[in-house]
Amino acid sequence: MIGNDRLAVRKTYKLYVNGAFPRSESGRTYEVTDAKGHFLANISRASRKDARDAVVAARAAFPKWSGATAYNRGQVLYRVAEVMEGRHVQFCEEVAAGEGLSSSKARAAVDAAIDRWVWYAGWTDKLASVLGGANPVAGPYFDFSLPEPTGVVAVLAPQQSSLLGLVSVLAPVLATGCTAVVVTSEERPIPAVTLGEVLATSDVPGGVVNLLTGAAEELGPWLAEHADVDAIDLTGAPTGRAMEFEREAAGTIKRVVRPPATEPDWTADPGLSRMTPFLETKTVWHPMGV
Amino acid sequence: MTHVLEPDALPGATPAVHAPLPPYDDVTRSDAAFRAFLHGLPGVDQVGAEARAAQLGTRSIKTTSKAWAIDTAISMVDLTTLEGADTPGKVRSLAAKARQPDPSDPSCPQVAAVCVYGDLAGVAREALEGTGIHVAAVATAFPSGRASRSVKIADVRDAVDNGADEIDMVIDRGAFLTGRYLDVYEEIVAVKEACGDAHLKVILETGELKTLDNVRRASWIAMLAGGDFIKTSTGKVTPAATLPVGLVMLEAVRDFRIATGRQIGFKPAGGIKTTKDAVKHLVMINETAGPDWLDPDWFRFGASSLLNDLLLQRQKLRTGHYSGPDYVTVD
Repeated sequence: MIGNDRLAVRKTYKLYVNGAFPRSESGRTYEVTDAKGHFLANISRASRKDARDAVVAARAAFPKWSGATAYNRGQVLYRVAEVMEGRHVQFCEEVAAGEGLSSSKARAAVDAAIDRWVWYAGWTDKLASVLGGANPVAGPYFDFSLPEPTGVVAVLAPQQSSLLGLVSVLAPVLATGCTAVVVTSEERPIPAVTLGEVLATSDVPGGVVNLLTGAAEELGPWLAEHADVDAIDLTGAPTGRAMEFEREAAGTIKRVVRPPATEPDWTADPGLSRMTPFLETKTVWHPMGV
Repeated sequence: MTHVLEPDALPGATPAVHAPLPPYDDVTRSDAAFRAFLHGLPGVDQVGAEARAAQLGTRSIKTTSKAWAIDTAISMVDLTTLEGADTPGKVRSLAAKARQPDPSDPSCPQVAAVCVYGDLAGVAREALEGTGIHVAAVATAFPSGRASRSVKIADVRDAVDNGADEIDMVIDRGAFLTGRYLDVYEEIVAVKEACGDAHLKVILETGELKTLDNVRRASWIAMLAGGDFIKTSTGKVTPAATLPVGLVMLEAVRDFRIATGRQIGFKPAGGIKTTKDAVKHLVMINETAGPDWLDPDWFRFGASSLLNDLLLQRQKLRTGHYSGPDYVTVD
């Protein structure tokens, strides 16, 4: 048996960009504490250049991810839930420490997060049926509408709910076929880093999800203004800054998901509300055969 | 019986068609002499070259310096399309991009040249009439160079007749690697003659030369034979334009000017895709050869995708936010 004098294996938490775990280009880190203020870990503080690199990676990953069949995307996302289940204990400890929850409440949050992921995995091949359809038109055409993913989505993840909230904003983006650049909760980023390790060891192609730990206040404006980002979810935007970010996003006519006044109850049924903003409707008019 | 040897009486002593500039005018008098000269060039410390190139790559170029570097780099681009699927339409659209790389910003400089295959040089010449942008054509059985000399010469003449004012030739790597340096030299001399007034860029294809010592030797052969530019690669072989190779070639052009007074240009090509790569090259030129080479007449980037990245960075500096590939033309 190993004695108590064993040296602790200290972990250096990094970003998750393009399927790899780089340090921040800036070399910056910050300290994260648990809910009681005790030191937990050093975390990379992403810079605007990390955000830029993440957008390049997300853009490069978009054709393959959006071009995969809905069935295949559902399988890949379900596999993520499987790997999350294997890390259940680790997620529970990290959520409990970061959010100051009792172990039973932390377990409930992790269960809900994994179930939420499975729920969205199931939606991939149903969206087209529910949101698309055949349109009756007064002419000799078959006319039908299809939902298509919009592209690269920047997500400012919720600041409070570090895993359930994160999954609730990330999984719908992936289910639609978009790729994501996520700025995690600044003070509670550790479950997001673990989720990055889950994504890296499941079948999600590199670049489809990019996780940046750091300040939404710092990275938000760059992502909002970035000309190669197609949509932005402002859920975790710093208080009072969302309107400013929305105005910056208007310069390149991004789709914007406005933040609620206070962080919502993530256990509630989200419906389709978090998927439809990231879908474009394509309507095809096909001449009818005689 | 005494016998006075007449200089012309020696068997096989055909007078050289071209003698290099002094003080090197006698090094090509025979195969053996040329080999002795090339192998007598100082050896390259590969580890040292790599370390020096890596160190120069760490310079931080920001704000106004970066803006200058981007505009300078744009003005040095040889906008290139060398695909089997090239069409006159593609060359014309490339020429339009060369004239005005960023249609949303008239202050953006135009590029130095458009580089195409010889048969399309006429299309490029017509599309670029009156712009001052050069038309470069690759010739001499590009990219392999595996054809007989008469075919290569005909290839060059054809490209020049079509309107190319710069010719990018490839050296015979097979001859170089088997040690027939004088063959390589004579072929460059013959191509230079066929070029007439057109500038000659000599492609060494450094990815196939294996060692930096060979890169230095090939550079000297090309310079002695009268090439106006030495160019790293065709872009069809990897590795292409790496920084250590560029460093060795820049040292060669620097040393050649010190010795002979003639300035030779340098063109890295292939694998330079980002603004950062381009800026590293600019730093290396300034530090190795000197500011005299920081001019489109003496330095070019052979690239196709580099220009779009330069434009994206330029837009970032102008607008203050990151741009995306939707905002530049797709070639």
